[in-house]
Order: sequence, then C-alpha cells, then structure tokens
Amino acid sequence: MLKDITLGQFFPGDTVVHRLDPRSKLIVMIMYITGLFMAKGFPAYGFMFAVLVTCLAISKIKPAAVLRGLRPILIIICLTVLLNIFFIRGETVLFQYYSIVITLEGVYTAIFMAMRLIMLIVCTFLLTYTTSPITLTDGLERMLSPLKKIKLPVHEFSMMMSIALRMIPTLIEETDKIMSAQKSRGADFETGGLIKRAKAILPLIIPLFISAFRRADELATAMESRCYHGGDGRTKLNVLRFSGIDFAAFLFGACVIAAVIFLGRFAV
Amino acid sequence: MRGTDIMESIIKTENLVFSYYSQDNPVQKTVLNNINLEIEKGTFVAVIGHNGSGKTTLAKHFNAILLPEGGCVYVNNMDTSNEELILEIRRNTGMVFQNPDNQIVATIVEEDVAFAPENLGYPSDEIRRRVDEALKIVGMYEYRRHAPHLLSGGQKQRIAIAGVLAMRPECIVFDEPTAMLDPHGRESIIKIMGDLRDNYGVTVVLITHHMDEAVNADRIIVMSDGDIVMDGTPKEIFRNIDSLRNTGLDIPETSLLLHDLKNDGFDISLDALTVDECAKTIFESLQSSNRGN
Repeated sequence: MLKDITLGQFFPGDTVVHRLDPRSKLIVMIMYITGLFMAKGFPAYGFMFAVLVTCLAISKIKPAAVLRGLRPILIIICLTVLLNIFFIRGETVLFQYYSIVITLEGVYTAIFMAMRLIMLIVCTFLLTYTTSPITLTDGLERMLSPLKKIKLPVHEFSMMMSIALRMIPTLIEETDKIMSAQKSRGADFETGGLIKRAKAILPLIIPLFISAFRRADELATAMESRCYHGGDGRTKLNVLRFSGIDFAAFLFGACVIAAVIFLGRFAV
Repeated sequence: MRGTDIMESIIKTENLVFSYYSQDNPVQKTVLNNINLEIEKGTFVAVIGHNGSGKTTLAKHFNAILLPEGGCVYVNNMDTSNEELILEIRRNTGMVFQNPDNQIVATIVEEDVAFAPENLGYPSDEIRRRVDEALKIVGMYEYRRHAPHLLSGGQKQRIAIAGVLAMRPECIVFDEPTAMLDPHGRESIIKIMGDLRDNYGVTVVLITHHMDEAVNADRIIVMSDGDIVMDGTPKEIFRNIDSLRNTGLDIPETSLLLHDLKNDGFDISLDALTVDECAKTIFESLQSSNRGN
C-alpha cells in the first residue's frame, strides 16, 4: 500500500525533456502555469491541453504513471467540480429543482477549473518525473545561490532536501517491514475507530523513529568518511549550463503564453 | 622517527587508548587498551573479534572519525589529531560500512559515487573519469543511471565501495561489509576486496567476525576486550585453536576437523585453510599412512 506513492518519483530516460537544465524546466513550468491562469475559453484550454499532452509524449512518461499520480487529488477535483456546478449562478439555466440550480456558466466554470487543476498538477509531474531529485535540488540551489550572500543556508537546505528524498523509499520499505512484524505479533492496524487506530500506529512510529535516528547517525559518519565538509569548495559531477535546447524551451514557453493570450479572444 | 619501516606502513598506532562514557554508568568503559599496530602498504589485513571487542572502534580511528584519547594514530605519517590534515587523511583511508542503505547519499548511482570527489573539489571532467573508473572496478558501470534503492544488497554495497574508490584511496577499511548481505552478495564483496589488493595495490583492512572471510588475508589480528591477543598469518592463527576458542570466536570447520584428527593421533598438517586444501591434506595423510602400513 505504501509503495503506491509516486509524487516526486523520478523515471530515468534520455529525452529532450530529461536533458533540459532543471532551472529551465522550472522556469518554463512557471511560464506554463502563468499561461494556464491567463487562459480563457475552450480554444485556449484546448491549446494548453494539447501542449501538455505533446510534452508528456515527448518525455515518454507513461499515461498510467500520470493517472496514478492524479489519484490522490481526485477528491479535490470532484469537490471543485461539484461546488462550481451548484454554486455558480449564471443566466442560462439548464436544470432547476427547488433551490438547486445548474447553469451553463456553472458547468463551464466547473470544467475549466477541473482542467486547470489537472493540468497544473500534471505539469509539475512533467518536472518531477523527468528530473532526478538531486538535479532538481541542484537547480534550486543554483537558482537560490544569490541568497547565500545574505547568509541563507542554501547549500545545507538543498543537501537536507536531497537526503530526505533519498531516504523516502528506504523508510517506506522499513515501515512495511515493521508493520508486518507488528502484525505477526497480533497488532491490528485496520479495524476500530479513529482513536483505536491512532493508538495502533504508535508501535509503528516508535521503532521507525529509533531506526531513522540510527540511520542518520550512520549516514553522517559515512558522509564524513567521504570527506564531506559542508558546501565550501564543493564541485559537481554534472555542472549546470544553459545550452541551445534551454533557450529553445524559453522561447517555447513565451510562445505558449502569447498563444494563450491570443486564443483568449475567441472565448465564447 | 622517519625510518624506512615507517614509510612502508600506511597505518600506525602508538599506545592508542579509547574509552566511552555512558550517561547511566559513571564508570568509563575502556574499549581500546594501549594498541600498538602497524599496517603495511599493499597488504590485506583482517581484524577479527567478537562483538564488543573494540574492532569497529579501532577502525574508526583509522580515518579520524574517532580521535584517540591517549596515544597517536598516523595515516601515511599524518597525525589524525591534526585537524588541518583531516581531509587528506580521509581521502587516503576510505571506509565502507555494514549497512549499504546508510552510506548511499544520492538517488542516482553515478551521482552517489561522485559524492566524495565533489567534496574534494575536483573539476567535473576529473570527477567523471574517477566515477567511471570506480564503477568499472566494482563491475557496476552499466547500472550508473539506476536508482540505488532498486538494487540488491550486494549491488548497493558495491556502489558504496565505488563511492570510496572514487577518492583513489591508498587504503580501504571495510567494517563488516558482508554482515547484511546474502551469500551471493557476500561472495562478490570478498572477490572485490581481493581484487583491490592484487590488481590495484590498495591496502585492505577487513573488520569481521566471519573467520572464513579472514582466511584470504595476509595477516590476521585477533582482538578481545580492547587488546590485540593474536597477530600473525592465517596459518599461524588457525593452528592455535585453543587460544582462539578463549576469545569466543568461531573456528573455521576445516581447522577444527584437522585439529580433531591430529588429537586422535593422525599425523596431519594443520596448515590447510580452505575446504579444498583441507580435503587434499586429509587425502595425502591417508595415503602416506597406507603406505606406512
């Protein structure tokens, strides 16, 4: 059950999207999101959707992975759709039953909102599925490095991030193991009320914490043994450098925004 | 102080003393008791001892993870208590630990192997060269773009070894590297350790309580309660079954068998270490006794 978490999971590959600099991916993603919020009407939304699907196809992300990633936010999407359908009052009434009124405008807004939400999440998948977490934190570190001048611990923060990301699968595996161990001794995680279940979590959390602290201690020793001494004088295996495809990506992002503004004129 | 014999040794301890203080017990526990030891360059040395004999504590002194309480530790003639030399000492003496999961820092194999040279500030083309070289030595080059958590325990441990090799150390200390591995993974690590000594001239220090892993070493150091109780070649050590038993260690079954045969009056050499050697020794002994009759 715990293995299903895909948010922030990286699928290695060798496509144009994979090769892009993480900083340009981040910037283009922000451009795309800006475009998403400026989109008006079906042509613009349709265009944004087409752009996203094309990018997904180029990066060879499996549709199944996208759907799996969307599952956790399904409830939020449904809620948004329902709220918009029932609470937005327009002029063209489609359906009325006492005080329940559904209008065309409400349906439209609901569709747009749902599309916007889905595309918003999926475009972040495009970033996290094609960028190794380390490259991503690297990119963030580089983008935020001017903040080092005002004594912000940018390197330390990115190191913490990447170690956290590295440890997630290990700790999930460990949780599964402890769970099985406790279950085999008669622990019950599935039945009972909220309080009973919360209490049942305790024998899971405590061993997990103890082992996490032990791991942290060992990892620190191993890092020191490999000459880790903070961010000073540290170099990189893969140095981030903007290349032709990055400038092409910026241009692409700018074109998307321009196209969205243009297509907004044809909104119904 | 700088005689030729010192130049030859890579690790040298002089009257090394170390003790732990615990909060609930005000009495300090001495873990290392006046250790004098020299490890020569290019040798394969196994340090064996039961749990709590101080062998891991000793190993952690070899790359300045722990600093001596009394006495000195020298790595390539560098005093480990000199804080300015600490990076050079750790680059010289790499360390591989028991649990591969707790040594891997990155989420991509090659980025993990690059961790040490990145810390040392090498230019990126040099890092690339070292990473590729290290991964090829441990036979994991084709996995360089993989995520470590999807690999087997033995493969992860090989990545950890590559991560140390990327520093091009003269000496690698292995602290029970096979304790968490399946037999197959164990075999691959033992093979790599031998390979490093034979083909790359790396000094290998293996901390273990598996006697059969120590058999391949050039020299075995037996520790018990913070002291070195035995020191010699594997043949010398395993001939001395009674003193080994006193330290609470398991004796290899081959040595045990030969020892029992000798006690029962067979004229047999006690030098065989591997199963094949043992079989050969018994066979020869039987043949010669047949001839005698």
